[in-house]
Amino acid sequence: MTKFEKQSSFRDARQRRLRGMTGPLSRRSVLLGAGALVVSIGTAISLDTVLSIDAAHAQGARPPLTPDELSSYIAVNADGSVAAYFGKMDMGQGLQVAIGQMVAEELDVDFKRVKVIMGDTATSVNQGGASGSTGIQLGGKQMRMAAAEARRVLVEMAAGLLTTPADKLVVHDGLVSVADDASKRISYGEMIGGQYFNVKLAWNKQYGNALYAPGAAQPKKPNEYTIVGKPIKRADIAPKVFAQEDFVTDVKVPGMMHGRMIRPPVAGSVPLKVDQSSIKGFPSAKVVWDQGFLGVVADKEWDAIKAMEKLKVEWSSVSPPFPDQPGLYDHIRQARARKRQVEKQVGNVDQAFDSAVKLIAAEYEWPFQSHASMGPACALVEIKDGQVTCWSGTQKPHFAQQGLAATLNVPLDKVRVIWTLGPGSYGRNDADDCAMDAAVLAKAVGKPVRLQYTRDQGTGWDPKSPASVHKARAGVDAAGKVIAYEFVSKGFSRVDVNTNGSKPWDTLAGQMRGIALHSGDGFGVPAESYAFENKRLSWETIAPLLARSSPLRSSHLRDPVGPQIHFASESFIDEVAAAVNADPVEFRLRYVKDKRDIAVITAAAEKANWDTRPSPRRSQTGDKVSGRGIAYAQRNGTRVAVIAEVDVDRSTGKIWARKFTVAHDCGQIINPDGLRKCIEGNIVQGASRTLWEEVHFDNKAVTSVDWLTYPILDITETPAVIDIVLIDHPELAPSGAGEPSTRPVAAAIANAIYDAAGVRIRRVPFSPERVKAALS
Amino acid sequence: MSQKFTLNVNGTTHTIEADPAMPLLYALRNDLGLNNPHFGCGLAQCGACTVHVDGAAARSCVTPLAAVGNAKIVTLAGLGTPEKPHPLQTAYIEEQVPQCGYCINGWIMTAASFLATKKKPTEAEIKDALTGLKCRCGTQVSILKAVKRAAEMMG
Repeated sequence: MTKFEKQSSFRDARQRRLRGMTGPLSRRSVLLGAGALVVSIGTAISLDTVLSIDAAHAQGARPPLTPDELSSYIAVNADGSVAAYFGKMDMGQGLQVAIGQMVAEELDVDFKRVKVIMGDTATSVNQGGASGSTGIQLGGKQMRMAAAEARRVLVEMAAGLLTTPADKLVVHDGLVSVADDASKRISYGEMIGGQYFNVKLAWNKQYGNALYAPGAAQPKKPNEYTIVGKPIKRADIAPKVFAQEDFVTDVKVPGMMHGRMIRPPVAGSVPLKVDQSSIKGFPSAKVVWDQGFLGVVADKEWDAIKAMEKLKVEWSSVSPPFPDQPGLYDHIRQARARKRQVEKQVGNVDQAFDSAVKLIAAEYEWPFQSHASMGPACALVEIKDGQVTCWSGTQKPHFAQQGLAATLNVPLDKVRVIWTLGPGSYGRNDADDCAMDAAVLAKAVGKPVRLQYTRDQGTGWDPKSPASVHKARAGVDAAGKVIAYEFVSKGFSRVDVNTNGSKPWDTLAGQMRGIALHSGDGFGVPAESYAFENKRLSWETIAPLLARSSPLRSSHLRDPVGPQIHFASESFIDEVAAAVNADPVEFRLRYVKDKRDIAVITAAAEKANWDTRPSPRRSQTGDKVSGRGIAYAQRNGTRVAVIAEVDVDRSTGKIWARKFTVAHDCGQIINPDGLRKCIEGNIVQGASRTLWEEVHFDNKAVTSVDWLTYPILDITETPAVIDIVLIDHPELAPSGAGEPSTRPVAAAIANAIYDAAGVRIRRVPFSPERVKAALS
Repeated sequence: MSQKFTLNVNGTTHTIEADPAMPLLYALRNDLGLNNPHFGCGLAQCGACTVHVDGAAARSCVTPLAAVGNAKIVTLAGLGTPEKPHPLQTAYIEEQVPQCGYCINGWIMTAASFLATKKKPTEAEIKDALTGLKCRCGTQVSILKAVKRAAEMMG
């Protein structure tokens, strides 16, 4: 007996289920034995009926929604369709297709039978939400194991019903039949359709990304795959282009009011006096004010907007909390390090630097950046009969559920968060803040409130990707070999506010209402395999500029701190290559030791027809020059090499990142088409962040408040070509693709600019003004 | 301050009462219950609210009701249906363009208005027609492919 079987009662559960089915199943067994047509029993329950989870609970039919229950992940409906309840969700990268493929594969059902239901706290367990490119890596891993266990259980059930050993049965599209007598068969739907699995899994007692609960089944071997690895298109595109799919902004409930928030003109300031008579022209409008928290609610959305604009507020006088923006990087350099962490140390770095004959050193700077989601956040909260329901585009609904319970001071089981597609999401954007604000408004007015932020709040008040300064130095010996390397990042924390809304102190609603603060410390180091004999990688974090309710509080934006760190580290590797007069690809291959790293670098160079020579390219004259640059990085097991080919206009400073070649290895590929689209988006967004994106502020407030003050890449600047080489390793666990290809983009562009123009740009973004200044 | 307005939207006439200064977007979304187009900025900077007003792409977030008059308004839902899709909708599905999809109105409605008058546009002309529209997910490469595909379909 395996450890798993000792620990769990799955066998007993199965026996109970089989005993419970004895009556009708015996009859069916007889029929089957006689070769009669299979008859189904019970009332057919449609997928939608099963998905009506409240009804299921009322029938007492579903086991508790806990991670150790198979029913928490998989249900088979009477019509043979399969519901996969997923505690993560898709942010637009097509994750649900890949999850459906993994479930269908292990269950041996057609892909079209599987419907993936994402991110509703009433139907799924806390698998961590959208987080850290773990949708397939961790979320899919669990769904794969659950589906494999479901198949195993169903085949064992069939073995009993068909009085045939399980190893003599085959499954095709949910129909289990005897291998040498296809007339003996029974479908999943007939065995368990419309009922819930009552099977225990060996849960590791972890929630979130770390949740893992396998059954006794072994998943398939990659050489058995027929669905995983195939390009399957997204089914959600058509409803989107025909305007048939609702976003969170579109959800309405009866009696709903509309809310708008009012933020201070000087960060840190709070209302002293609110003149309610100033909005008396809007009879339904109400003010909700609690310390720094200030919002208005009205029956009609336009009235709420007008009331927000007209409300007269006297704000407290506070000292301007921020340095003037030109002083930002000096502030970072001079600020006391709140936390220091050496994450990697090899050899004796200081001694090696002493023995070097040549020293190369450089510093790089990365600004605050905004999620600047396509639309500002929106949430709807209804509090009815003690039950709280929240529709939110949050990336982490199960954590938002905890945050709402804490914010409203109600038990967790009285809160349901229904994740609903939001207007773009690339990390800890403004969605969680909006959900909590909506809850405070709804509680205050006793009506359901739909809150939508304004554009300036979406860009100006979302948690920001942290600004940072990176110092790198390398020591080279007489033979031109790197013998010492040090890389130190110093910046604001990536978890000044945490990556989810579970704790009120991480949300504006909590901070504005005076709750005790808990600013966290986190940054990171370059993820690469350069085998320098003496090497030290470390980081330091500094306190936020303003501790409470800051529009510059920092958190996660796609590939948290990855673009910053690798812009610096991979630019610097290029600088060292240039200093020893080496080709940038060849130089990297001298030191990179990981085989898969070597493979992506080599594959990208081959695909791009890399012109092997040291940078810069010396033969160009005139205003228009072009160049190529490479950068590479790892991210939690995934490897990416990116080659950028750019055109530089010396007269204007304008950069066109004309072509990208990407070699990508994320282990096992589930859906190559989905993966390509995912990478394409990352490259374009990465180019946008590199070329344009910088949150501007003065000493009082963030002044990037719209698309003019926070420009992103325009269609006229779109790369002409993105060539993608996918390296598939079916034998390796999938390691995630949602973010890694964002990581090397900035350095690849910087290195290409250097190749083109012989000038090193060490501060992002590479705006025309900055490039032109550097060129002159 | 409220006035009666008769709006012709996707071939159907609706009468509503609202502030003449209220942007068309809120009438479409709230009074008519059309969950599309979207609010993106309220500043005519992103395109998420784009509709056709007498065939021309207009940003409904800054178009006051008072300015709409008897114009024929078409939203994305009125542009085509699964049974009878607009070539841009077909191309968007074939190219699998969107990520989050919140920006779709801007690109499709602007491109539809452009392609209705411009046959066989060059890539530069397409880019020029679409400049200023936003897609935060970074699908611009696919958007261009889809618009070019639609342009070919439309001859």
